[in-house]
Amino acid sequence: MTQLLLFNVTNGLIIGAFYVLMALGLSLILNLSGVINFAHGGFLVVGGYLAYTLEPYVGFWGALAISPFLTAILGVVLERLLIRRIYGRDPLYSLLLTFGLAFIFEGATRAIWGAQGKPVTIPAFLSQPLSNEFFFITGYRLFMVATVAVMVTLLFALLRYSRIGIRIRAGTLDLETVSALGVNVRALRTLNFGVGIYLAGLAGVLAGGQLGLEPTMGAGVLMPSFVAIIVGGVGSLPGTLFGGLLIGVASGVTAVFLPAASEAVIYVLMAVVLLLRPRGLMGEEGMLG
Amino acid sequence: MSGESARKLGVIAAIWVLLLLVPVWMPLLGGYTALATRVLVLGLAAMSVNFLLGFTGVLSFGHAAWFGLGAYGCGLMLKFVALSTPLAIVGGVLLGGIMGALLGAFIVRRRGVYFAMVTIAFGQVFYYIAFQWSSLTGGDDGLRPFYRQPLHFGLFQIDILSDDRAFYYFVLFCFAIAVAVMGFILRSPFGRTMLAIRENERRARFLGLPVELHIWIAFTLSCFFAAYAGALYALVNNFADPLVLHYSQSGAFVVMAVMGGMRSFWGPLLGAALFVVLQDYLSSITVNWQIYIGVLFVVVVLFFPRGLLGVIGRKVS
Repeated sequence: MTQLLLFNVTNGLIIGAFYVLMALGLSLILNLSGVINFAHGGFLVVGGYLAYTLEPYVGFWGALAISPFLTAILGVVLERLLIRRIYGRDPLYSLLLTFGLAFIFEGATRAIWGAQGKPVTIPAFLSQPLSNEFFFITGYRLFMVATVAVMVTLLFALLRYSRIGIRIRAGTLDLETVSALGVNVRALRTLNFGVGIYLAGLAGVLAGGQLGLEPTMGAGVLMPSFVAIIVGGVGSLPGTLFGGLLIGVASGVTAVFLPAASEAVIYVLMAVVLLLRPRGLMGEEGMLG
Repeated sequence: MSGESARKLGVIAAIWVLLLLVPVWMPLLGGYTALATRVLVLGLAAMSVNFLLGFTGVLSFGHAAWFGLGAYGCGLMLKFVALSTPLAIVGGVLLGGIMGALLGAFIVRRRGVYFAMVTIAFGQVFYYIAFQWSSLTGGDDGLRPFYRQPLHFGLFQIDILSDDRAFYYFVLFCFAIAVAVMGFILRSPFGRTMLAIRENERRARFLGLPVELHIWIAFTLSCFFAAYAGALYALVNNFADPLVLHYSQSGAFVVMAVMGGMRSFWGPLLGAALFVVLQDYLSSITVNWQIYIGVLFVVVVLFFPRGLLGVIGRKVS
């Protein structure tokens, strides 16, 4: 029983780590640009498939290093061409636009790489279980969690200490004043968008190694990431981090006792949070809502 | 009667004549009556979204939930409870409408982007439930078998199962009831306060309007309309699958409303007609029709944000 519980909590933490990567990117973009990026799952898929294509040439480590960057570049191009045009307009339009992009991503992925699932091959030494008793803790899973932890730490350090990070945080609170102080807000938003998409691309590569790739996998991760943001509180990045881990573990634990409800439980959690604390666990009153 | 209201009456009369004569002119254009039935049903769903979006100024991106619950409620009634089309519709409307009213209470305190996100996320709950609870809902394979039943009127009955034309008129009748109710609400004092909230929520609050309560009532009414459309949709297909509950369906409703013109009463119906015809055409020529639907979304947002009727309306005035 203990082992089963531990197994599922571990699973939950790993899934939660994915949600965190996705939700942090979504949150960054939402906070600074007011855009809910429905196409975020599409970027995850692109990141994964790019790694699949690059891997035979550059190996797993090369693909892990390159493909999130390429995904981020694609994101920056789309931001410049399309998404920038709807900043400041009713959120309706950004939702519809990114929703359309998500459709295009899914269709294009299917057209380019086919509808069948594809694997991302991971180095052999990472796929071994670390011990017999805890067979579910493979090297790759530890590696994933460690990577996410490092990325999250880097991101928070960037936001806390670097000039750009401070500008991003200031822009979240009051973009007009930041602009009036002479900061190039357009460039800041583009850069911020690129960082968010980089995280999605990275999540795609990591997920590809664990679960394999499918054109529809983006949509499956997107919704829980929304829930992570809402539970943690819109406007708060630490909240998003906490929310992602919380719903991951919650669905892991539920999988032990009531497997059929493991997907629905995160929405129950969201309902409870909205009822007791409408701004989310760490959200500030009045942010965007 | 002023020229303006005479023109409006003329337009409305023309719309109804056009709708009544669909079985006559549709085949001439190469379409078929069942396509028009789908347009009516999805158009009604898009109008229910627009009831909130265009007239209350609140964006729900999760209306597929209430639409899909209406469809499942209707199907479950026909399959397990009673072989009666009207009862099945009532079952669907109650299931979707009541769930919408309950969850609406969680949702209406939020605004803007946050409101949209919460509606999307709550909408997905029902998708997972329909997907997982396969003993009741048939899971991924969808709910079947059930069939719409003939309408009994004591002395005679109307076969709406095999007669496409009779079914179209039945759906048109149901559509007309919903549209009449919706129009009545929008013209009532309550409908006026909805517009006031849309135009300036803060001022409406200063005037002492209970804004949250009004938005909740508007949300609930909208959910009932969406569930009604969903129930009809189950009758159209004699089938319900989890995809009717999926958020991509919600997105389709919103794009129909925006494409047609969200400040106009009839806009969403026009948008639904375009969407359904386009989807029907694209899926007959390519398996990757999703890409083109995605491009349509992008084009609407960038070039027709006011919708087709919005563009025409601006030219007239």
